[in-house]
Amino acid sequence: MAETPALPPEVLLDVRGLTKLFPPRRSLFQRKAANPVRAVEDVSFAIRQGETLGLVGESGCGKSTVTRLLLGIHQPTAGTMRYRRKDGGSVDLDRLSEDERLAYCTDLRIVFQDPQSSLNPRLQVRDIVGEVLKVNRLVPPAEIEAKVRDLLAKVGLRPEYARRYPHAFSGGERQRVGIARALATHPRLVVLDEAVSALDVSVRAQTLNLLRDLQEEFGLTYLFVSHDLSVIEYICDRVVVMYVGQVVEIATSEALFARPLHPYTEALLSALPIPDPAQRRQDRRIRLPGEVADPANRPSGCAFHPRCRFASEACRTTPPPLRDLGGRSVACHHAEALALKGVETIQTGHHANA
Amino acid sequence: MSDIAAPTAPETVAPAVRRFAEAGQWALIFRRFRRHRLAYASLFVVLGIYLVALLAEFVAPFSPDSYNARFTYGPPQTLRFFGTDAAGDTHFMYVNGYRMSFDPVALKRTFVVDEKSVHPVVFFAKGEPYKLLGLIPWDRHLIGPADPSQPMYLWGADRLGRDVLSRTIHGARISMSIGLVGVAVSLFLGLLLGGISGYYGGWIDEVVQRCIDFLKSIPTIPLWMGLAAAVPANLDPLLVYLWITIILSLIGWTDLARVVRGRFLSLRTEDFVLAARLDGCSRQRVIWRHMVPSFTSHIVASVTLAIPSMILAETALSFLGIGLKEPVVSWGVLLKDAQSILALTTAPWLLAPGVAVVVAVLALNFLGDGIRDAADPYA
Repeated sequence: MAETPALPPEVLLDVRGLTKLFPPRRSLFQRKAANPVRAVEDVSFAIRQGETLGLVGESGCGKSTVTRLLLGIHQPTAGTMRYRRKDGGSVDLDRLSEDERLAYCTDLRIVFQDPQSSLNPRLQVRDIVGEVLKVNRLVPPAEIEAKVRDLLAKVGLRPEYARRYPHAFSGGERQRVGIARALATHPRLVVLDEAVSALDVSVRAQTLNLLRDLQEEFGLTYLFVSHDLSVIEYICDRVVVMYVGQVVEIATSEALFARPLHPYTEALLSALPIPDPAQRRQDRRIRLPGEVADPANRPSGCAFHPRCRFASEACRTTPPPLRDLGGRSVACHHAEALALKGVETIQTGHHANA
Repeated sequence: MSDIAAPTAPETVAPAVRRFAEAGQWALIFRRFRRHRLAYASLFVVLGIYLVALLAEFVAPFSPDSYNARFTYGPPQTLRFFGTDAAGDTHFMYVNGYRMSFDPVALKRTFVVDEKSVHPVVFFAKGEPYKLLGLIPWDRHLIGPADPSQPMYLWGADRLGRDVLSRTIHGARISMSIGLVGVAVSLFLGLLLGGISGYYGGWIDEVVQRCIDFLKSIPTIPLWMGLAAAVPANLDPLLVYLWITIILSLIGWTDLARVVRGRFLSLRTEDFVLAARLDGCSRQRVIWRHMVPSFTSHIVASVTLAIPSMILAETALSFLGIGLKEPVVSWGVLLKDAQSILALTTAPWLLAPGVAVVVAVLALNFLGDGIRDAADPYA
């Protein structure tokens, strides 16, 4: 394995230039091949140990593809995914064969969005949660049930529920089972793929708090994928914003929510619901014209330019690189020149710290 | 701030809640199935028919081949209760004998039931010896005339004076089992090809699907006739039976393969299958532990619904004279006797095996419907 530049010590996973193209479906009666779908293109970010990194964007922006690439469900077309091993060394996940990859399936875990379809309705909870322990021979078969009961207690479920089937649980409880399954192997990185999006608001808050407590207890690192900015603001340390398969902005969540640097981020923030009904009468939402770009036919230059109110000639011709701007990154030609509004400003109409 | 319900003291969970919460797939299916009254009743009808088929020699009063030329086209006798015979003895069950007259103009024998003659009928009557289940030698029949030489035609007699009831009971064996054997063969083909088609997708799927389209586009009766003609005429009746089964299942597998493929396609994208892959399960384990159990109930339902069509196909083939032939006894072979209008006008009871076909097919269909409705207890 070629050892390219060492990972900085605080980084758990470093993604560089990650690209995934899905070849178009070739039809028998279609002579001309369509463009490939550029689901993810040249995506780079790093996940630091112990942090919660948010991955946010509209549906179809490539969030799910990124998680699937990380988990090895898809093979990347290009790019590297460097992962810090438990022994401190690093490994290129993208170069592993399917069998070698299996060694990391206990270290990188996922919680799915829909707790209804992610639990096999034909199995008892002890078998669902214990499956990974069983097939990887992590725990002797006789001790699996005890271990599962432990895990259930950890996620706030009664240990006696181990013999129940998923049909006997509510949505929130099922998601806790999903979390228990993810934690069964003592992973270091957990991908939360819209993990709370299917839950109603009160259950969502409980689940987020549970996730926080577990993170503290086990020293977990989260990649939190969501389209819901209020959830992101609540739980994430840093945020990656994606638009049509590309990263447009990376910043700490404080900085991002206080003052976005990319016009797309600003538009997303303006869509946050306003809690104060007195303010709600004035609609300050930035409505983007047009539709989300088609990843098979991405616009020239900056992919966001057809919908951007600040678009200039440069935006139409030159794709903006992801630039480092004092601890945060943004892919916009005009990032320094724009005075975009943060959440506070959008919602109150005043500049908070002008 | 932690509002997680802390699971400290193990409260007692009501047994009824536990029974539901810890009920597995099959328990839930059965619970729903039982609520389906018609299907539940049909289950017992079907089981009854198979039991009768299994114990045909014992249940039938006579062997299918025993004949009595005196009683050609004898009409059905009614089973009566509590009668006194000429000697003055009272019998619990009896049938009246026949009085025969010969019409010299029509050259036809007519039977009139003779109210005066009483032939006692008993349970566990001594009759022709046979081997129960092909093993245990015995000579008792569930019901039969006390005097074996006396006629008892509860469903009438055919043109050789054989008992239609006994023949129908014996016919159940072949007719009901050809469905099972045929479905077993098509189940194998359907699972294999449908599974491959659905799991791998792509060009393999395309090839299998076009084969199915082709097989389904062939008109069945000409195909059957062609294939049946290819079966040598002097073949052993049992081999013919085997051939017919194979012919039937060659077409029968297509529907099942479609069902299996559809289930595989929909399951492939389910999150829990993906979760199993990410748990590190091997491909074998993903298929057999996570995918197949999710559609076994559907397979059971479609198999149950496939058996009646096999039975009907056998009946149709034999009725047309290209399926089973005498001396094999099946419902289709028996119905062949009811082909001529003459036979039907003089002996309408020859249609009795047809009633058996209708009952068996209806019961299997209701049963299959019930299983299908119950198969998804999570819906």
